[in-house]
Amino acid sequence: MTATGSATVPVTAALALGDDALVLSHRLGEWAGHAPALEEEVALANIALDLLGQARVLLSLVGDEDELAYLREERSFRNLQLVEQPNGDFAHTIARQLYFSTYQHLLHAELAAGDGPFAPLAAKAVKEVAYHRDHAEQWTRRLGDGTGTSHERMRRACAALWRFTGEMFQPVEGLDVDWAALESRWLESVAEVLDRATLTVPEGPRTGAWSAGAGRQGIHTEPFGRMLAEMQHLHRSHPGASW
Amino acid sequence: MSTTDWPLWEVFVRSRRGLSHTHAGSLHAPDAELALRNARDLYTRRGEGVSIWVVPAAAITASSPDEKDPFFEPAADKPYRHPTFYEIPEGVKHL
Repeated sequence: MTATGSATVPVTAALALGDDALVLSHRLGEWAGHAPALEEEVALANIALDLLGQARVLLSLVGDEDELAYLREERSFRNLQLVEQPNGDFAHTIARQLYFSTYQHLLHAELAAGDGPFAPLAAKAVKEVAYHRDHAEQWTRRLGDGTGTSHERMRRACAALWRFTGEMFQPVEGLDVDWAALESRWLESVAEVLDRATLTVPEGPRTGAWSAGAGRQGIHTEPFGRMLAEMQHLHRSHPGASW
Repeated sequence: MSTTDWPLWEVFVRSRRGLSHTHAGSLHAPDAELALRNARDLYTRRGEGVSIWVVPAAAITASSPDEKDPFFEPAADKPYRHPTFYEIPEGVKHL
């Protein structure tokens, strides 16, 4: 389990970051064939592929990527509950992406600046994620400041996913990050984007009492089981199959 | 929301410094900023470009196929207009 850097790779952190990327990648992939426009479908698929690439590197650091992705049970996944939330309408997908990409961009920028075991891959990922963040911000602005319907849908999506955003700033073992500072930068950035989109920062708690730290501890929401069943079905039905 | 509401944009990509922008294709997008981003996703993700232009297709005035003969035919029999009378020095690319 030695890493690219000098330090050993903290397994918990690699799984947390890797599972975030893997699960969101799969969710975004579900848009294939269903996106509102062909151009947007390609954009979402691009983001999904970037994330899949990141997941492969991270999971390979701590084990066999296929085994980790396809043979783990639900309770062994360490991703945030935010990324497993269903796509919903396009506004939901964009709100989820805005919350997550802003977080991921700030986090990777910090990891890239440090000298921990994740610095090299964070340095590469930060450029990809900057684009994901920009894509989400662009769309948030257009949907929020668009028609009455798009504004209402975007408002609803931002509010519905708000309670999953607190979990992002629970410290992850093995990541040397100032989580409180990360959180305040995240809040500042998201508030600014929502403001430009003529939306307001949702009210209400950013974690449910029952869900504090949930995804990182292996506790997931109901839709995740179904997503996992679909994602793992082929590999489990045909163990060891190859093209 | 359907793509048919979105205007068409023509995409021009410069593949390298020193080359000019070349027409790469077209796409639909609601506005210029998103057209640029869609162009990035559709036409440059294998490292094809260093710069992209997007132009509203409606802003392009094109010659008509009917005008092809008067437009282009007269040039065909004037070989002295073509730079074919000298050797291209070695090391000169993209000429």
